[in-house]
Amino acid sequence: MSMKPELMKRMVKGPDGVEFEVEPLRDYYCEAPPTVMPAAYSKIVEDLFNWARAESLWILGFGTGCGAIEMRPLMTPRFDAYRYGIQWRPTPRQANLLVISGYLSVKTLKRAIRAYEQMQSPKYVVGLGSCTINGGMYWDSYNTIKRLDDYLPVDLYITGCMPRPEALLAGFADLKKLIKAGQGEGANKYAENFAWYKANQKQVIHDWDMPDYNW
Amino acid sequence: MNLSDLYYRLKALFPLGELTEQRPALAFITLPAEFLRPTLLHLRDREGFTHLVLLTAVDWIEEGRFQLTYLLSNRTQACDIGLRVMIKRPASGLATMDSIHDVWPTAATYQRELREMFGIDFPGSPRIEEEFILEGWNDIPPYRRDFDTLKYANASFNQRPGRETRDPATHMKQQMYPDMNPGGTT
Repeated sequence: MSMKPELMKRMVKGPDGVEFEVEPLRDYYCEAPPTVMPAAYSKIVEDLFNWARAESLWILGFGTGCGAIEMRPLMTPRFDAYRYGIQWRPTPRQANLLVISGYLSVKTLKRAIRAYEQMQSPKYVVGLGSCTINGGMYWDSYNTIKRLDDYLPVDLYITGCMPRPEALLAGFADLKKLIKAGQGEGANKYAENFAWYKANQKQVIHDWDMPDYNW
Repeated sequence: MNLSDLYYRLKALFPLGELTEQRPALAFITLPAEFLRPTLLHLRDREGFTHLVLLTAVDWIEEGRFQLTYLLSNRTQACDIGLRVMIKRPASGLATMDSIHDVWPTAATYQRELREMFGIDFPGSPRIEEEFILEGWNDIPPYRRDFDTLKYANASFNQRPGRETRDPATHMKQQMYPDMNPGGTT
């Protein structure tokens, strides 16, 4: 599959009239694959970091399926997740938690991978609803993935179709426990098994027209 | 507007097929493909059916035909009329139909969808060659009835083992009334 035209090497004329060559894959993206982030030099410091990470879960506001509708009552006064240090952010650079909210079509998977890779480590993935676990009611669909953990390192699944906001709050509380126990290692798992994840992703995304690592 | 009156007015002008009256404000007319465009123009310009509600297809695989349904709406009279056109359905490759994007520009979007999901080509329609919903699709169009969804899903995606399917009625009966006999009486 060929790259998108905007990713091709080309000559660009700047506003000052100087022509220069742009090679987007090298100039705009990092070519190096992700690396494992080692723990802090001492356990007590790492525990402090993990406590801080757990208490400020910033979610990327990216709804993939019908489950996104459950996040609106969660972020508004009825359920008010903000009181637990959970808030929604508009860009991947500001978020550390990607909630895959429901079924994920192959087309959306491509965008979800890009969004995940643009988030800063340490980062976490939560799969919401039965669709992310085994396809749910889309188990025989031609266009939705069946197991999210084939493509992204999932820290936690929340079952239900759809899970209520209370279930999400309970899930986030569990995620906090995992992170505080030092088990929120999804980003490192992704870096360690990068080739395996890429092979799985490319197996279903037939028109791979982006860099291998979208950082 | 009385739709059967409309049907007889139209029938004086075009060789229409049968009329199916679904409800007082909804009827369907079958007609040959070559008279679709003049009928659409007549309905739009003379009869007040100014709005194309939808354009969709049905795959009659046994008869070797696609049915295209052009649903039009008359907003002032609050009634809808559907024009049904049967076109030839090749066993493989694209079927072909005349584009109506110049009658209603919105039709171009429906025609792109039909091209991708059913494999019906509308030559001359804007951006008809472009991918619409699917990206990198590599099989026969998925809404054709000879497309095996489950087979494709099993070949393309890893299923998680351990999935069970139960009949909802019996399962809920067992969950809620475990001491009840299958026959129905306790």
